Formats: sequence, C-alpha cells, structure tokens
Amino acid sequence: MSVHRKQDAPDERNVLDTTKQGVLGEPLERPEGLLKVTGTATYAAEFDAENCLEGVLVTVPVVRGKVTSIDRESALQMPGVVAVIADERLTGRAAQGMAGEAPFQPAQQVCYWGQPVALVVAESFEEARDAAKHLAVEIDEDGDEAPLDPDAVEAEQRKPTKNGDLAHAMTQAVHSVDATFTTDGHASAAMEPHAAMAQWDGQSLTVHASLQMLKFNRAELADSLNLKEEQVRLISPYVGGGFGSKLGISEEAVGASLAAMELGKPVRVVMSRQQVFQTVMRRSETTQRVRLAADGEGRLTGFGHEARVSNLPGEEFAEPVLQSSQFLYGGDNRLLQLEVARIHRMTAGSVRAPGEAVGVQTVEQAMDMLAEKAGLDPVELRLRNIPDKHPAKDKPYSSRKLAECLREGASAFGWKEGPRKPRHTREGEWWIGSGVASAARIHAVVEAKARVTLRPDGTALVETDMTDIGTGTYAILGQVAGEMLGLSLDDVEVRLGDTDMPPGSGSGGSFGASSCGSAVFLACEGLRDTLAEKLGIEASDLSLKDGFALWEDEKKAITEVLDGKAIEEIGHFEPGKSTEDYAVASFGAFFAEVAVNHWTGETRVRRMTGAFGFGRVLNARTARSQCLGGMTWCIGNALTESLLFDPTDGHLANCDLAEYHVPVHRDVPDLEVLLLEERDAAASPIQAKGVGELGLCGGAGAIANAIYDACGARVFAYPMTPDRVLAAMPEA
Amino acid sequence: MPITINDTPHDLPDDPRVSLLDFLRSHAGLTGTKKGCDHGQCGACTVLVNGVRINSCLSLAVTHDGDEVTTIEGLGSPVSPSEMQMAFLRHDGFQCGYCTPGQICSATAMLKEIAAGWPSDATEDLEASPQLTGEEIRERMSGNLCRCGAYANIVAAIRDVAGESA
Repeated sequence: MSVHRKQDAPDERNVLDTTKQGVLGEPLERPEGLLKVTGTATYAAEFDAENCLEGVLVTVPVVRGKVTSIDRESALQMPGVVAVIADERLTGRAAQGMAGEAPFQPAQQVCYWGQPVALVVAESFEEARDAAKHLAVEIDEDGDEAPLDPDAVEAEQRKPTKNGDLAHAMTQAVHSVDATFTTDGHASAAMEPHAAMAQWDGQSLTVHASLQMLKFNRAELADSLNLKEEQVRLISPYVGGGFGSKLGISEEAVGASLAAMELGKPVRVVMSRQQVFQTVMRRSETTQRVRLAADGEGRLTGFGHEARVSNLPGEEFAEPVLQSSQFLYGGDNRLLQLEVARIHRMTAGSVRAPGEAVGVQTVEQAMDMLAEKAGLDPVELRLRNIPDKHPAKDKPYSSRKLAECLREGASAFGWKEGPRKPRHTREGEWWIGSGVASAARIHAVVEAKARVTLRPDGTALVETDMTDIGTGTYAILGQVAGEMLGLSLDDVEVRLGDTDMPPGSGSGGSFGASSCGSAVFLACEGLRDTLAEKLGIEASDLSLKDGFALWEDEKKAITEVLDGKAIEEIGHFEPGKSTEDYAVASFGAFFAEVAVNHWTGETRVRRMTGAFGFGRVLNARTARSQCLGGMTWCIGNALTESLLFDPTDGHLANCDLAEYHVPVHRDVPDLEVLLLEERDAAASPIQAKGVGELGLCGGAGAIANAIYDACGARVFAYPMTPDRVLAAMPEA
Repeated sequence: MPITINDTPHDLPDDPRVSLLDFLRSHAGLTGTKKGCDHGQCGACTVLVNGVRINSCLSLAVTHDGDEVTTIEGLGSPVSPSEMQMAFLRHDGFQCGYCTPGQICSATAMLKEIAAGWPSDATEDLEASPQLTGEEIRERMSGNLCRCGAYANIVAAIRDVAGESA
C-alpha cells in the first residue's frame, strides 16, 4: 500500500509532538557508527568481486581540442593490460546535480585541462596505472584561443531582480556602502576519491559507486550507456563524503561500466586525488559588488548584489550567489544581478552550500562596514534590518529564528555590545578581535519515497535508495520511524543506498532529511491507520510506545496486533505549494574571535559560536555535527581554500591536498553550537528544514569582520591569506 | 620472513610497486585502511608499523619484511571495539567515516608518543614532558584530514580516552 501526499499547505498538526516514544530529536549515536569506527563499513571500491580488473583513467594536458588517435596496441603489449576503453559513450564531465541525463559526451572532445579521454584496464592496479601513464594520445589542439580568464570575456546576464531605483537610493542614503569582493574557487575534496566497481551479466549492470543521489544517477548512467534504467542497479550504502561532488555521476562510473560490459568481468575504477581535483566539480570563483543604502538609523533603503561567476560552455549551472540576498535583509530599492562567463576550466557545479557559501559572507562584510558608518553595534544593525515579509515577493516567512540566533548567539559568545573600533586589544604580536555574521540558506524539498515494514516480531524496517554521506540519515530515518511506531532506535533497521529500494530524494541541497524523513513519516501514518483499523479504533485515539499500542485504558503488544503478519507502506512525499506560498529558509548567526599577527598577517581563529534555527531537530547529535562541519568549512573558506589556475595554460596548479588547503586539526578551535528549536509547518510534513549547509552560509564573513576588528585590515578578497591581510593592514 | 598484519602472517607481493596501503586493501582484504590521496597528504591510510604510526601509502609493501602491522581491524572489532573506537562513537567523532580509521590509528599511537615524551611544534618547553593540551592534540593530529569537519568532536574523543587512562 502507499500513502501519497503533495504538500500544498502548511502542516500545522505537528503530529510528531503528539507521539509518545520520545526518540525523535534525541542525541542518539549513529546506528552505523560501530562499523565506521572499526573500519568495517564498506565503501564503493571495497566490495569484493572475483577476478576484478582494475581501471585507471587517462587524462590529457590540453585545455581544448579533439583526440585524433590513441595508441592502443602499444598499451596492450604492456604486462597485464587487457583493454583500452575509448568508447564514444565515455563521458568527459561530471553530471550536474539532479541532471538525470548523460553528462557531456564524447570524452574525446576536450574542453578543459585534465579531462579524461580513455580508460586503461589491467589485471592489477599497478599495471593499469603504469600503462595509463604511458598511453600515447594524439590531439588536434585548439587551445590558443580558448578563454581562461573569467574577467576577460563578455558574460551572459541572468534575469535580474529589480525593485525601485537602487542608484537613486544610493545618492539619497545617509549611510552607504559600495564594495567589490572576490572569492576564489573551491573544491569539495571529499575524503573518499570517486570510485566505482561495475559488474555486467549480459543483461543488467550493477555498480557499487560513491554517489549522493541514486535515482538521478541511475538515469544519468543508463542514458550515458544507452541502457534502460531498469538495467542499472546502483549500490552506495556508505559514501565517504560528497559535498556536491557526487551529486551527479563522473567519469569513473561510466568508464568502469563500459569496461565491464565490454570485458564481461567486474571492473573497478578509482580516481586519483589529482583526477578528482582536475575533473570533478569546482565551485566557481566570484566577483561580487554589494551596495547598501541606509537612512540615519541604519535601516536599509536600498540593497544591491551583483555577481559574476563562470562555467564551461554548454553548462546551465551558475553558482547561485544571490540566493539568500533575495530575502535576508530589507531595502525597497533592490537590484540583484548574476552573470556567467564562459571559460575553459573544469565543470563548475555544486560544492557544499552552492550560492550562500560565498554569497552571504560578502553581504555580511558590507553590513559590518555599514554598522561602522552608522555608529551602530553590528548585531543591532542586523536586528534593525530583518524584514517583516519577503522584500521582493510580498510573501510571509514560514518561520525564522534570525533575531533569536543573533541575540542568543551574542549572549553565549559574550559579545561586547556597542559600535566597533578596530585594534582595541593586543597580545604580544597578535591583534585580537571579534566579528558577527548572519546565516541564511534557502530551503528545498524534493520528491521522495520510502518503504516501512512493521515485521511480525514488532521491529520495523525502513528502506529507500536515499544515501548517508555522513549526514546521519541512518539515525534520523530510524528515529522518525521509531517515534511514529513506538519503537526504540534499536528496533528499527534502516537500509539505504540501493536503487532496488524505493527512490528517495538523494543527499543534496540540505533537503535529504526533510524530504526522506517526510516519506518515512507518511509511510508510518499509513501503518498507524492499519494498526488502528485492526484494533477497531480511530487512528487519532492510538498511541504507540515501547512496542505497545495504547488507547483509552487499553494496552496491547504490537506483536499481538500484527498476529504474525507483517504490514508495510510506501510513503510518497511530493513538494507542493506550501514552499511556494512562503519564504522558507533556515537562519542563524555566527560569532568568531580571531588573532591576527601584526608582522606576518597570519590569522588564527580562536573560538567560534554558531546559533541555528532550521525547524524540527531530528537528532541533536548529528545536527550539531553538521553545524560543526559547516563552521569548519567557514574557516577554510575565510582563510585558506583557493583553487589556483595557471593563466597561461589553464591547468589547476594546486590539485592535491598538500596544495589545496582544507582546514586541519590545528586550524579548528573549540566550536560552540546552539540549536534553536522551531516548527516550520510549511517546510515539510515533519516541520523540519535543512542543516547540512547552513553552518557554512555566512561564517567566513564573521571571521573577515573579526580580522577587521582585530587589526583594522578590511580585506575584500577570499581567502584572507597572510599576504592579503598584510597588504590591507593599516600603517599606524 | 613474511609481514605480520594484526597477528596474521602474510607473504609479501611479487610486484615491488605495491604500496603497503594497496597490499592491505587489495591483497590482505583489509579495507578498513583508506586511500584518500595516495601521496601522504591526508592520513586516511594511517596504520601502526611496529607500534609507530605511518602513512601506509608512502611505503612499499616489500620493505616491510618481518614487520608487525596493526590496522584499524587489529585495534578492535564491532564485537570488541577499542577504547578509542568507543570514544569516537560516543563523541560523534566522524561523519562520513572515511578518514575515521586513520584518525583512530593515529590517535592511538599519538597518545603513546606524548607519554613517551616526544615533543611537537606545540610543545612550549622542550626540556619538560609534553602536556596533554588541546593544542598538543591538534598539532599532533594535523596530518589526519577530515573534510566533514568533525575535528572538534575528534579532539573531545581523544581527550576522553587520555583522561581515562591518565
């Protein structure tokens, strides 16, 4: 049986506040945790298959051109080599999130430096790697004219948001800010490199892969290979991090599949770390102009945010830098304009919190500059500019904890109220300062299905092709089911990451928990109805707790009610009008304290507080961990992370983890997280929003503002490396 | 002499190009040790060789003739996890779980290094015994990257274990 709901109106019932188990929201340990800490959780490359061959991708050092010949014969003479795959179906780019169709083909048409063009398959990894290194590939190169610099080409304009007259508001403003910022490109750099192990039985393909969104990935892979979706099964029970880089399929999955189909043997392909950097998604670099016009009290009369981003020719995705600028702050005169430059760097796509991860921090720096001009406490300035309704669309907010997060965050952090004056505290060589920023991230929900079975022994089974990429899906889906069915988490088994199970939303855009959680919730509503029917009572009179059905003064074990027969439901959740009728988003606030070295310009984050409101908290432990993760990314975003491209030949110069600097242990101090519970009835039937990305949306701005407060250096370029801080350091 | 992995002897590979990491994963079937970069930059492949932590990707298997290797599987199992493994679970010191075996192997060996008096960049006084401060732990664990950003919880887990044994 199946329970379907398209959410066209807010769900104010808050069913999960009336249930009795009390397991939802609890900070429970991850059920799969013991496997992960003992090294027994099995990731894509680790599935065992007899006579598995090893494939290594061959990439070319050319920014644009066409492969004219590949010397297969020489490669096949090398020890252990069994095939060179350069099929026309081999893809040359990563698929964008939720594409559901083949990414760019054929791979032999080269569009960026480091694009894979072939796959060498051998009996051992060492043999395949050696042969791949020696494979001779001839290319008709056409790179001299290929644009490489996003600032040197004419850009395509996206449809702007325009209200009133911003230019006029700027001239009339008592206080105004007009500042231009840059952010460098970012890499997801998930710890598990992209990997796939494919098996073909002549009819159907099974691929163990490291992917975030299986129902879309299945369609992408089938389309790439000219197979029917039904012929493709994807299995991804554990994913070693994604952060957007595994939203769509990449070359290793297609390559492994083509080789397995040609050779009739299992084939494993794992990208090298360098290949992951060179060929998978990058977050586009951005140039952003922020204009703020305000009256004498610091209230915004105008708000402008314009951004230039880049992507390859033919790619629709444009880093949605302005996403939260649409609704975070007021100002009647508005201009938001995004433009895309077409250049030959690897595909730009989603990296954790696309848009807000670089768009909020620049606005937050501009707000800090405005607070200084208006002589206001930066927290107070933000509180004054929280709009009553969506500033451009005249619709209400579904729920919003921004003011509470600013106030409670400030209190927890020990924020010193009042206008800021830089260089107030020095400890030896170090200037000490603090900064604030708001957090905002759009909310999304995606169609999702999940099957829940109540088994005769009274335990439950949850099944969906949804993934757990470290987000806590195993825990939270088990907790939603346990809460609805009156079971402890130990009595709920959650199976994920297999396209043989009902299609979930996939992990992306912070929508996994609310979307798939809602599908599980709906299935459980159906199961509760069935139990009530079996008992001959109204579902509204039924309570379920610790394996018992309770109504009036009666009590009966669920196992007895089931009487030896399992019952199952498929929950089918679909987004509807409720998320269109309201401005639905997650909000928060960041506070950071930094030390900046007067002589070297080095910045150390000393402590950080984040306060976040994102609807119902499904598991306070995993939710907090998501916030910690986001805040850790803020530190990298603010201080160290930058993709560096060679301006002459377009290659990525820092394509490994030694040269692309993600935060390490010593970069990350103790972090404090406050979770502000709320119920958002418009967001989802379980009143939950997303939290996977919110912790990254604005926090780098708090660090930037703290740098200014500490030493007086207002830096307009991210990351704020020592050279940039030093250059902006005031003389006196 | 063969190589001993988690108390079990194994014959070394014929191909001298096989790294210790690939030997563990592909030849010995011990996939708990992870490959994150294959260049000694991320620490996901950390194992103990004769009790000392190393990046197994930077070492060729054939050079470990007679060595005793301990991997994450050797530290504990789901039935009988080690103290450090339990602390990581308790403190949510991981998310995706991919860097986790390396973090745990590294942390296990790192505490012994502090106990043995090995100094680090964070050690204030090189003459005195290093103290178990947060800064010492962070410095000594900085070779183990975690992209999910679980550092704060990892440090809490390590402190928990260090506190119990202190």
